[in-house]
Amino acid sequence: MDPRHAPHPRLARLRRDLFATPLDGAITIALLVALAAGAQALLHWALNRADWAVIQANSTLLAVGRYPIGQQWRLWVLTGLVCGATGVSWGLLRRRSWPRNDRIAAALLIAMALLGPAALELSPDVQARWWAIAGLLLLARWGAGRWGRRLPPGCQKLWPLAWPGLYVLGLGLIGGGLGLQPVRSSQWGGLLLTLIEASFAILFCFPLGIALALGRRSELPLLRWGSTLYIEFIRGAPLITLLFLGQNILGFLLPGGLAPDRVWRAAWVLTFFAAASVAEAVRAGLAALPPGQIEAARSLGLNNLQTVVHVVLPQALRVALPATVGQFISLLQDTTLLSLIGLLDLLGTARAIMANPDFLGRNAEVYLVLAVLFWCCCAALGLGSRALEHRLNRHSPTASR
Amino acid sequence: MMGTPWWHNRRLLPLLIQAGVGLAILVVIAFLLGNLVRNLSAAGLLLSWRWLNLPAGFDVSETLLPFNAELPYWRALLAGLVNTLRVVVVGLVGATVLGTLLGSAAFSSNALLKRLARAYVELIRNVPLLLQLLFWYFVVFLSLPDGPAALQLPGLVLAKSGLYLGPRALVDGVWQGPVRITLEFGALLTGLVIHSAAFIAEVVRGGVAAVPQGQWEAARSLGLNHRQSLTRIVLPQALRVIVPGLNSQYISLAKNSSLAIACGYSDLYAVAETTLNQTGRAVEVVLILLGTYLILDLAISALMNRLNRLVQIQER
Repeated sequence: MDPRHAPHPRLARLRRDLFATPLDGAITIALLVALAAGAQALLHWALNRADWAVIQANSTLLAVGRYPIGQQWRLWVLTGLVCGATGVSWGLLRRRSWPRNDRIAAALLIAMALLGPAALELSPDVQARWWAIAGLLLLARWGAGRWGRRLPPGCQKLWPLAWPGLYVLGLGLIGGGLGLQPVRSSQWGGLLLTLIEASFAILFCFPLGIALALGRRSELPLLRWGSTLYIEFIRGAPLITLLFLGQNILGFLLPGGLAPDRVWRAAWVLTFFAAASVAEAVRAGLAALPPGQIEAARSLGLNNLQTVVHVVLPQALRVALPATVGQFISLLQDTTLLSLIGLLDLLGTARAIMANPDFLGRNAEVYLVLAVLFWCCCAALGLGSRALEHRLNRHSPTASR
Repeated sequence: MMGTPWWHNRRLLPLLIQAGVGLAILVVIAFLLGNLVRNLSAAGLLLSWRWLNLPAGFDVSETLLPFNAELPYWRALLAGLVNTLRVVVVGLVGATVLGTLLGSAAFSSNALLKRLARAYVELIRNVPLLLQLLFWYFVVFLSLPDGPAALQLPGLVLAKSGLYLGPRALVDGVWQGPVRITLEFGALLTGLVIHSAAFIAEVVRGGVAAVPQGQWEAARSLGLNHRQSLTRIVLPQALRVIVPGLNSQYISLAKNSSLAIACGYSDLYAVAETTLNQTGRAVEVVLILLGTYLILDLAISALMNRLNRLVQIQER
């Protein structure tokens, strides 16, 4: 063919991808028409028929439930602390460079801080708080990236330990005590309760899952059988029946007064449930470990504990990372089941709002907002896991094989 | 062994650890059971199954077996179990068909189709199932129009009074047909199928991707076209990887069916919850629930293991 008449390479690729055969062309056109129709219908609904007042009027309720208004400053402080710590960690990780992903993340953050509160029609001083928090995050990122290097290396190494401390501090701020006015867990709600339950379960199911996975591969029959029985029993039962068990039987199993209240019962059930799935993920990682590694560790004179801590787990957890984060994502989604046992998590609060006669029939708007929220959280976790996996593989000595 | 202290003894140590762990487990179990017996007898609820024969006093909204409020509790639970089985069996078939189609779409020669299949999986997997079920029931199915305005598709009418399959007629503004599906069942089934299909699509995609590229090339060089190579050469080999993955997805679907209560469908869990509220028999109800779902899981696993043996390569 005359090169002057050859189509542009991009056009050629488009043609090969979308219109290779008449059938392909027909499929492409049908899909495009369906997509356009769907997008047009959705847009029409969102702009003309949907009434977003239900979200605007209830944004505080959805965020924190019935947390006492006079005490909400504690949650603002906590949000500020978490965002500041996130910024510092981010900055220490990236140093002074701002790669493309970071610029996108920063732009998204600024856009969200500017548009989100405005779209929710929050009062000006609340909007200003959100701007301040977003600004604090970016400032911490910039400052830690610029001056983090000058800190003594011990300080940088110890920084991740600030997070568990922050977690305990956060629970203290939320629950009160030590001079703060106590806020009982029955007053926690909305996104706050969802995040508390999910973070608690994620934090505690991980060590428990590792212990179970090691137990399942142990040479000691009693440990092996015990772990296997536990894992298979928990994985065989639907979560809702376990939550049901937690709410109705835990009170009978513990002496009176010792049983935790409904919120913490659910948190413990979620933890024990997730531990079984995490154990299976970690077990797959353990199985991927070449047996030579353990033999090598033994021949270096390491004892059992040292072998597990320094040789087995670092490698097994790297392999198990994607599956484990997958379990965390499904755990975050599973917190919605709390609404079925009468807790006012994000979904429970949303359903309570929709039962209000003022907002009757506004299901679609509320569910859509919740779906977008969950989608963003879960997709972000997935993206983060992939980035971490990439980073770990780049630094691992076996990656270049 | 004389020189080594006893805590380094290679034979004694495992025994000691196991004895310690066993003792700890026993103590915990004894403590919990002791409390359970004490608290239950204080509440007058010691383990008993006689209440199963008392009349239930509540109705189960849709049943395959005849049921009314005068029949005993065990009949109510059985009706719930049959409802669970109904949605699980239909759901398995639907999710497998849709999931296989979506999974194969990932290997389509059409780039748009490929992207859309990917987007579907990403969309569905990152939104909680409970939210999806509520969406299908409250937003989609409950807002269906009724009477003559109902959505009429070939062989199917979607109306607020139910879904009608096969030949149907509008009599005095009310649809009538040989098969009527309630909105609750329809919403639950739709939600479960759409959710599980995304996961099954991933299993199918992983299975097909596990077949070496050379198999595709060999099929092409034999003169088979894209579709033929997929269905004749690649899929039969991929099944060996797919079937074990399907097993866990099927079990998930069976367990997920317990969210039926969100759509107002009376499955085993919904009936069990009502039973508990009426009788207060928490321990017995939970035992029934856990045991039934465990048996259901084992049955699915057993079936899939037989299927797995069928699709494994026969050594000759």
